[in-house]
Amino acid sequence: MADIAVRTGEGAQTVSRPNFLKKTFLKNLPAKIAALPMIATVLVVFIGCTIWTIYYSFTNSKLLPTGKFVGFEQYERLFTANRWNVSVSNLITYGIMSLVLTLALGFLLAVLMDQKIRFESAFRTIMLYPFALSFIVTGLVWQWIMNPTLGIQGAIRSLGWESFTFDWISNPRMVLFALLIAGLWQGVGFCMVLMLAGLRGVDEEIWKAARVDGIPTWRTYLFIVLPMMRGVLITAVVLIGSGIVRLYDLVVALTNGGPGISSEVPAKYVVNYMFSGGNIGQALAAATMMLITVLIIVLPWAYLEFGGKGKRA
Amino acid sequence: MKKFAVVAAMATAFLGSTSAYAVDLEVTHWWTSAGEAAAVAEFAKVFEAETGNKWVDSALAGSGTGANPVIISRIIGGNPMGATMMNTGRDAEELIQAGLMRDLTDIVADLDIDSFYVDQDLLEPCRYEGGLYCLPVNIHSWDWLWLSAAAYEKIGQPVPTNWDEYVASWPALQEAGILPFGLASGWPINGIPGVLMAGIGGSDLVLKINRDKDPEAVRSPEFRKVAEALDALRKVTSPETMVPSFGDVGNQLLEGTAAGNIHGDWLAGDLQIAGGVPGEDYECLPGLGFGTQLTGGGDSFYFPKLPEGTDQAVLDAQAQLARILISPEAQLNFNMVKGSMPIRTDIDLSGANACMKKAIDLLGNGLLPSGDFSLSSDTQQQLQDLDLEFFADESITVDDYIERRAEIVAQAD
Repeated sequence: MADIAVRTGEGAQTVSRPNFLKKTFLKNLPAKIAALPMIATVLVVFIGCTIWTIYYSFTNSKLLPTGKFVGFEQYERLFTANRWNVSVSNLITYGIMSLVLTLALGFLLAVLMDQKIRFESAFRTIMLYPFALSFIVTGLVWQWIMNPTLGIQGAIRSLGWESFTFDWISNPRMVLFALLIAGLWQGVGFCMVLMLAGLRGVDEEIWKAARVDGIPTWRTYLFIVLPMMRGVLITAVVLIGSGIVRLYDLVVALTNGGPGISSEVPAKYVVNYMFSGGNIGQALAAATMMLITVLIIVLPWAYLEFGGKGKRA
Repeated sequence: MKKFAVVAAMATAFLGSTSAYAVDLEVTHWWTSAGEAAAVAEFAKVFEAETGNKWVDSALAGSGTGANPVIISRIIGGNPMGATMMNTGRDAEELIQAGLMRDLTDIVADLDIDSFYVDQDLLEPCRYEGGLYCLPVNIHSWDWLWLSAAAYEKIGQPVPTNWDEYVASWPALQEAGILPFGLASGWPINGIPGVLMAGIGGSDLVLKINRDKDPEAVRSPEFRKVAEALDALRKVTSPETMVPSFGDVGNQLLEGTAAGNIHGDWLAGDLQIAGGVPGEDYECLPGLGFGTQLTGGGDSFYFPKLPEGTDQAVLDAQAQLARILISPEAQLNFNMVKGSMPIRTDIDLSGANACMKKAIDLLGNGLLPSGDFSLSSDTQQQLQDLDLEFFADESITVDDYIERRAEIVAQAD
């Protein structure tokens, strides 16, 4: 029917267009009205502000967004700035370690929790508890714990083990691991709870079948149950990943980027140049680079995930 | 019935208070530490006593990095306060250029401020196209070397009188297990290169680099000495020995566990609260013992343009406050409590302590423009990043440091 309408000429198109409009806008009208606020938010806040950010990253704006268009000048300065390059490599190192370890430890803890142990809910609460604390609190607590003179090192040395050293927080080469400890302490519990929910969602029949076939428990977990938890895994990766990219408050509270600039992260660069540096152009160029990095990682994955599903359906 | 009478009386009391002629003037600032809060209360006292208006105190925590953005975004966002304090310098430059600040020229016209400000350079950041947009209320300087009397007593040497003697005493201090240079982590490092530059490099070098932004001056042998001093400093400090805040360094000096520190004059307030007496428990050397001039920064008051239709009484209150802040009485009360130098010296400063007196003597030689004055916040941030990196990472050589600093200065605005 549609084919014929197109071929018969423009007259038919003008007839079919109101139909099309009617379909798009009037079908299921209440649902569309209900979605309007969200659509407006997405258009104005997400897309609008993103475009604004990208536009002003090409200007020489200082304190106020009033600058002239200067092309890629801000980006040239950004890529030659040592602090930015250190920040990016820090984030990559921290991100990979954090993602892998959070998932691995979270899964391991969930499996241990799944062994029908006594007081499971008490353990679950204990493990999840750090997640209820903000990164600022986490950072401050670990700053004291890891402080060489006041924390663990000082305590153990005062017990008599004089050569004991645990100075990661003040050692430029180890400070990322100090960040990692605090980050894992905060985040693993949440990952564990997600994984545990995933484990509990696996049908008991699968376990019975695996036992009948004589498959060892660890192989059942790794090769049968884990692949079945795909949905939970993706949720966990997205949550952990977004936490890594916006890593800021933990660094501010724990090390404030130090010693020197050895634990700087991109988000902190953006905030510093936006506010104390009073250079919006430079800060927005850095923010745009963060966005591009996220898109480079997320887009292919989203294409595979959602595009693939669409084909299958 | 009785209850009703009470309520009615309260209602009339409230009505009475709001209809009175006194107006509220909101003042924002980030003077939040004990000494600072006491100092700003002195301003409020004089203002309220002389004008009958009410000083509504809006102290914001977080100083330059926390409070400053709040103040700026309120002014940009169309919700200006009656008056606000900011650092003297270029932080508010764009707000002035955008026409968001009130021109004070007429308000202080009859005071002849040129005659009593100790240094006209202080007013330089306030002037724009013939207008006057802020009033500096005090002078702070970073250029102090603080030395511990207790530490030098332990090693049996006299307290050094300049930087060179101080550096020469380091080996003896280290042998005695005393930290040659106490340092707090974070921002206190930022001021040190400027102090070394003024003390070791001299006034000419500071002017060439900060004012003229001449990268060749950074590559000069004079600046190399400064970079080498910084290199020497980073070798006797380490992240492990750093303390959380500059006040802790003050305690180290009084205890004699650290021998020296370079820090701004506000450290004196903490030393005094901890019971230290200048000249006995600690020694203060302005300009590292060499300098004849201090680099001066400080705090200024700005008066944002209030929206159309604001009560004339509020505008008048702004004008009254502007005049009071720089009046002899308010200047004396405020600076004696805060420990900073006043912007005028035609007042009785006999109550000042030994360190402050040294500073007042040097004021006669004029002030050197500090980084706050001559460099944009953007450039300052870049220099801070470099200094922090250099200080923590000994694989960066003095040559690298000089070259990278020269590049920043070449692009500075």
